Formats: sequence, C-alpha cells, structure tokens
Amino acid sequence: MKTYNDNNRLKISFKLNDELLQKQVKPRQLLSDFLRFDCGMTGTHVGCEHGICGACTILFNNEPVRSCLMLAPQIDNGEITTIEGISENSTYNDLREAFKKYHALQCGYCTPGFLTTIIYLLEKKQHLSDEEIRKKLSGNICRCTGYTGIIKAVKEVMANRFKRSIND
Amino acid sequence: MNKSKTKYVGKNVLRFEDERLLNGNGQYTADINFPGMYHVAFLRSEISHGEIISIDLEEAKKLENVYDIFLYDDLKHISPIISKSNMKKYLPTKQHILCKKRIRYLGEPIAAVVAKNRYIAEDAISLINIELKELEPIIDTINASNETKNFVHPSLKTNVILERTFSQGDIKDVNQNELISIKKIFKMGRKTPLSMEPRSYVCDINKRTNELTLYSSTQVPGIIKDAIMTYLGINGNQITVIAPDVGGGFGGKASLYMEELIVVAIANKLQTPIKWVSDRYEDLLTTSQGFEEIIEAELLLDEKGNFISLNSNVYGDIGAYSIYPWTAALEPMQVAGFLQGPYKIKNFYSNVKCITSNKPPTGPYRGVGRPAAVFVIESLVDMAARKINMNPSQLRLNNIIRKNEQPYKIGSGIVWDKVGFEECLRKALSLIDYDKIKTTKKWEGVGIATYGELTGIGSKISVAPGMPLNTGSETSRLEIDSTGSISATFGIASHGQGLETTLSQVVGDHLGVTPNSIKIKQGNTSLITHGTGTYASRSAALAGGAAIKVSKKARNHILNVASFILNVPKTEIDIEDNLITQKNSNQKLSFPELSRIVYSDMQTLPIKLRKPLIFIESYDPIFGASTTATHIATVKINPETFKIKIKNYVVAEDCGKVINPMIVDGQVQGGVAQGIGAALFEEMKYNENGQLETATLADYLIPNSLDVPEISISHLEDFLPNNIGKFKGMGEGGTIGATGAIANAVSDALKHLNIEITELPITPNKLYTLIKNKEKK
Ligand code: FES
Ligand code: FES
Repeated sequence: MKTYNDNNRLKISFKLNDELLQKQVKPRQLLSDFLRFDCGMTGTHVGCEHGICGACTILFNNEPVRSCLMLAPQIDNGEITTIEGISENSTYNDLREAFKKYHALQCGYCTPGFLTTIIYLLEKKQHLSDEEIRKKLSGNICRCTGYTGIIKAVKEVMANRFKRSIND
Repeated sequence: MNKSKTKYVGKNVLRFEDERLLNGNGQYTADINFPGMYHVAFLRSEISHGEIISIDLEEAKKLENVYDIFLYDDLKHISPIISKSNMKKYLPTKQHILCKKRIRYLGEPIAAVVAKNRYIAEDAISLINIELKELEPIIDTINASNETKNFVHPSLKTNVILERTFSQGDIKDVNQNELISIKKIFKMGRKTPLSMEPRSYVCDINKRTNELTLYSSTQVPGIIKDAIMTYLGINGNQITVIAPDVGGGFGGKASLYMEELIVVAIANKLQTPIKWVSDRYEDLLTTSQGFEEIIEAELLLDEKGNFISLNSNVYGDIGAYSIYPWTAALEPMQVAGFLQGPYKIKNFYSNVKCITSNKPPTGPYRGVGRPAAVFVIESLVDMAARKINMNPSQLRLNNIIRKNEQPYKIGSGIVWDKVGFEECLRKALSLIDYDKIKTTKKWEGVGIATYGELTGIGSKISVAPGMPLNTGSETSRLEIDSTGSISATFGIASHGQGLETTLSQVVGDHLGVTPNSIKIKQGNTSLITHGTGTYASRSAALAGGAAIKVSKKARNHILNVASFILNVPKTEIDIEDNLITQKNSNQKLSFPELSRIVYSDMQTLPIKLRKPLIFIESYDPIFGASTTATHIATVKINPETFKIKIKNYVVAEDCGKVINPMIVDGQVQGGVAQGIGAALFEEMKYNENGQLETATLADYLIPNSLDVPEISISHLEDFLPNNIGKFKGMGEGGTIGATGAIANAVSDALKHLNIEITELPITPNKLYTLIKNKEKK
C-alpha cells in the first residue's frame, strides 16, 4: 500500500524581496506554491507547472528560474525576488511605462514572468537586436499579445538605457 | 455632446488595468483564499470510452485530512446538464455532473476529493481503487458518423446529433460540363484555447446571510449564475458569480463546466469555502476544445473566373457532449454559415453533421467555425487561380461582393451589409505591394485570405443557431453617488480586452467627464440584473452601445438639474472635463457640488429633481454588424528542416469606429498569433486508443516570440454599421483570417512541387511526409 506523510517540515531561512525570513516548509512543496500560499506572493503565476510557459519565473540568487520546477526547501540560504519586489523598485519604472505604452499586456497573466526575465536582461546591461530580444524571451509564453508589444517595449527601454549609459 | 467631436473615443488611452497587473496586484481566481477553505481534486478517467465497474474509496478516505469524497450518487440530486436548442433534428446529450457509469472522454471527472490541501487531495486520489471496463473508443470523425453500433450516447442510437442542409439556387440547372471544378477534402485539426491562466473556481460561503459567492475564471458570469440556479436550485439572490482578473479566455472559459457546479454544490453541502484550480494537464484534457472538422468542398467556376457554385459536406467532431449553453451547433454550423465568404456565388449547398466522439466537448474558440471556413474557401480560390492561371488577387476581385451590391444574402442566409470587402482587399494588396512580392522562387510564397464575419449581434440572430438564450442585449447602469463620483456597471466580463478602459472612454465622451474619473464595474452578477458576459466579439459593440445610451440619459438629467440650479436654460449649459458650466460665463458646478445639492441639500431643488442619480439603459442592436479583413502572409520554408517561417504579415480590416486603436491593434496581433498556431503548430492529437498525445505544453506547441512577426495593420473606418456607436466587433478576426492566408502562402511556396495544403496545422513533420510522398510518385 502507498503511504503518504504530509507532516514533515524543514526549517529554512531565505531572503524574500530583501526581507529575511525563516519558515517551516514541507519537503515536497513546490516553490511556486510556497511563494503563492505560504508567503502571499500571488503575483507569481502558475501556467503549466512543467517548466514550459515561464509564468512562474522569479529571480533566485539574481538568476531567473522557474519556481514551478523547484521545491521550497531548495531556497534555503538563498535570495528570492518576485514581482512584488520588482514592483517596489523604481529603477524599473521605465519598463512598466513602456509596457503600458506598447500594450505589452492584455490579460496580464504572463506579465510577471516576462518582466522578471526582462529585468535580468536589463541588469546585464544588454543592448540587443530585435531578433536577439525575441530569442531571449522565447522561453516565456504569452497567449494574448502576439509578442509585438513586448518586443517593442524591451527594445525602447534597452535603447534608452544604452543612450543614458553612454552619456554618463 | 457635439456629434462630430470625440475627445476620448479614437484615442490611444493607456489602459487602467495595467498598473495593477504590472505590479503583481492583479487578482486571479487562484489567488483568492478564505479561512477554513478546503481544496478539491478530481479523479478523472484515464480512458476515453468505458464503464465504471466499481470504485473503492476505503483507503483514500482513511488518509489524514481527507474530509470527504463525492461520487455521482452523492450528487445525483443535480439533474444532468442538457444544452437546449430549437433546431430541428437536434438530439440533446445528457451530461452527468460526475460520471455515473459510462465514461465518454479522457479526463471526465469521476470523483471529487475534498481535503486540507491539494497535495493531500491528490494523494487520496492515488489511493482510490477503480475498476473500469474499456469500450472501443470512437475517435475517427467520419467513422463515428457512419457507426451503426458503437455510440457515444447509446440511447440516441446515432453519433450524428444534429444535421442541417443549407441550399440556395439549383445546381442541377448548371451545366457542369462547361465548368472547371476544384474539389478537395480539407481537414482542420482539433485545438485547445489554452489561456495562460488555467480554469479555477473558488466558492465562499457566508453563514450569516446564507449567501454563496463563486469566484470563477469565467468569461460568462451571468450564464454561470443562471445555470447554478437551474441545476443547483440556489436562488439568484443567494449566489453571486464574480469573474475577477481573468487570465485570457478565447472561448475556453465561455461555457459551463461540471467543476464549477461541483465546487458550489460542495461548498453549500459542507458549509465551508471550497477551491479548485485546474493544473495544465487537466486544462488540456477538459477545457472545451475547438475546430475539428473535415470538409469536402467543390467550387465550380467558368473559365473567365466567375464562381458558379459551392458545394460542401461538413463533418464537425463535437466531442462527447453538446456543450452548455452553446450546443453542438455552434462550431460546425458556423463553418457552413461562413463558407461562401465575401463572394458572389449563386448556387450554394452545404450539408452539416455534428458528430459525437469520445473526446472532450468542443465549444467556442476564437473565430468559431470561421477559421475552418476561411481556410477552405480561400484555398479553393487560390487553387482555382492556379488552375485557370489567373492572379489570385484578380480572381478575388472578380467575385467579391461590392459596396453597391449590398445588402447581399449569401447561400447560408447571412446578409452582408455596409462592409468594405473590396476596399480591405485592395488596401491589403497595396500595403504589402502584392504584385511586387509575388515570387516564382522555390520555397517562398505569398497567400491572401479575405473574409466576412458578423459581430456585435443583437437579439434577432443567435450566437449559436437555435440556442434559446438572449445574447443580443447589454445593460448598463450609471450612478453618481453622494460624493459626485461616477461609476458605470455592465454585465460583460473583461479578460484581457481592456474594457475597463474602452468603456470609460465611451462614457467619458458622452457624459463629458474624463475616463479616469469613471469607475467601470463588470464581471460581477450581483451588480446587474441581467447580463451574460464577454464572447463572440460583442462587448465593445453591445456594452459600448449601452454606455452611450445611459451616458446620454444621465447627461440630459444632469442638464435639467443644473439648469434649475444655475437658473439658465439647458441649452446654455455644457458638461466638459467634469465641470458643468454655463456657456459664455464663469458659472460652474462640479460633480461633487451637484451631488451635494441633489442628495444633501433639502432646499435648492424641487423633490422631483432630488431623485437619486441612477440611470439604466439596455441596448440591443437587433441584427449584427458585417465586418471584414484581408490578411496577406509571406512565408519561407527551410528545405532541410521544413520549418515554415512567416516573413511578412499585413491585415487591412474594417472594424467600424475604433474606440482605442492601440487595443484594437493588440487584438489583431494577438488574434493572428493564435491563427498562426492554428495553421502551423497546434493540434490536439488523440490516437486510436483514445489517448491524448499532446498533453503537455512541450507537445502541444503554441507560438512563441520567434514565431510571430510584427503585423502591419490598417483600419478602414468608412463602412459604419447601423448600431448606435458605429462599433463593429473585432476580437476574433485576427484568428479567422490567418488560417487561409498562411495555408495559401505555404501552397504557393510549394508550387514547384505542385503540393497544395488541405490539412491544418501544417507542421514540419506533415510537410516532410507530403513532400516524400510526392517524390515517390
Ligand atoms: S508554471 Fe512554471 S514554467 Fe509554466
Ligand atoms: S497577456 Fe495574457 S498571456 Fe500574456
């Protein structure tokens, strides 16, 4: 007979959007569920739970990862940034404004995942061509927009940031 | 408002929805939790066709924190779901809330496990022992239609649950010997709408008031509320259905689902909040699918290129049940309905069969019937052009229904009126510089598709033929409260279309206030007495019309009140930018001042002008608005990998008056992306054993950022419909035109091999097989 035990807990400490936290987690809980239910970060969306859609993308130690492909205990001693953390960071106002201007979101379900992936690109100070931007974003699926608005928004933000960096 | 000037309609007003969605503050159903909430998971059928012999729940029930398990018998007071139709020869299907004995599709729910969390509920499912008897699955559509013994619903004694013939003219009168015949069998593969947010339902219960609130990722809260009343016997004033932020729908969230009723029934029974969130696997298995058709079609034309007749047989695979409330008629009938497209063809015949199979029910999916119809007719036109050696654009222009020939009734009975078929076609041709890009190069091609559709339809035309449901009207209630703030409430349910923004643009113009000062309320059945939701390219036209009517009514009343307060005739007063002003003077009233006088100051106004500032209007356009677009695509095929790349894509469309160009372009771009998926990638593949071979997003491919080019879009606003706001619907057109344009471009790219595409999607694998087979011959 199969047996199940939902009662084990592991103690982990981690930084969530710059706040140091300690929590008891179930060993088998998906990181995406842990963030959404136990930490209240419902801006992290779940679109497939098998690593394809990118809706659940978060930053783990400053690298984009799919939170549906990790278990919660794996973040012990690590640093997590979710869309809620990103939204408090005014450095990205330009990106948000560009998303509005180019209508880069419709239903908004894929949006946190896209923004997270894009922020990683921006942080690496990349200045990419259209085709390169398309490639870098091809791991995030959007069913609504047909991508054009997203590509245009990223392109403009990269161009402006690049210009600024030259002038500085 | 002065008729000629609009301040907000027609402008790229940035969306009010964006701020919350960009910051992770959107609230989708799965984000909603309540104290004491239990989670449900479903035991689903792992076979497509069979019978339940026995179910043993003992082990599962013993598991800690499993609270209850429901089988059919526990919910048998809920009568089977029957989607009614007044079409002749329609055999309704009965769908039990959980499988009673018979299993009719893969993933059909059998048991509902209630537990402390989803993990435990799924543990319990794996402990249920179920014994099944497998029956031969009915998968092939044509075989299913000819079946004499094996039926999805044995009591119906047939798998053809609806059949209808359309005909006009008499083909017998046509001398076929002198005509050129293009005859083919076309196939459109089954799709899934695949919104990024999987379906989810949470039902909360208020024990004090004995009220239930269902939060549902639905496009149609009004329809769901009515169904809850019908099937669960819960009074309308005890149930509220709320569609919070909804992560896309595309038709997949526009029908009633068993899980939706079960979540409410269990919450009511256990008197505790209940949550169910579909995972992607369940969503692929059970969300209504779309588009599965086989169409035998023949176009007859004379050698000058005049179309003479169009004959067809449509075999529509509707899956296991006739979907509620749209019925099995929805998709296949629309294929025939729109098959003739924008062309003059005197003789038309189409026989349509709606056929049950052991696959999930089909329901609305963006475009409904028309993506298949456009694929067929536009392919036939290009095949004919090749045959008589005529430029495909010229052949279209020869046969297209012109402005001065409208209204024009096509063979299926649809009337085209006030629609710029020719103008859109010409516009698209010039946008892409068609004659210049037409190429003789191998592996490169260009394809055109032009089509007509009906949008924003009123009460005289049913969204699905024969369906006894009023989808033809919308109500709006505009209120100005005691503080002077304005809200307008609708029965629609936005799920990405930005209706909170566009409707406030419409109200803003007609009331004389800024869009950002208006609160648009929608997606909540307790706020409005009747409404259905958002589907069938209707919300802008219908809710937009209601918004205009109610704003005008409110404006007129405000002018009456202001005229009394300012003591000048109404004609001397204007409302603009939230100020009520006396023309040519500096006398003004703000909305808060006006409200204070109406609601709180008991002296200034006579009683009859002190009534609350609440206005209600409904709008029914009676008929629909004809609309059109021409899509032109160019493709390049890699001769080694057979990957098809779309190089350029243009759309010229006639969508009436544009409320927000940015949003309209977004709908077109997104619609085309789905059309690209339908043409090149997407197919729900059920093998002969009834198993799904595309049950993950790694197998069911949808276009990503490398697959969808930027679409050049041009809007024609010259053909305005007779409805109040001159709006036409445009939510689906992108998907409708893409199948035909891409299929034609691919055929053109294969001209050196004489291969013509008759099956979509055309994947690299299928292309490889086609080419190899050709080489063998
Ligand atoms: S939910 Fe994680 S990749 Fe789709
Ligand atoms: S905006 Fe809806 S999935 Fe991207």
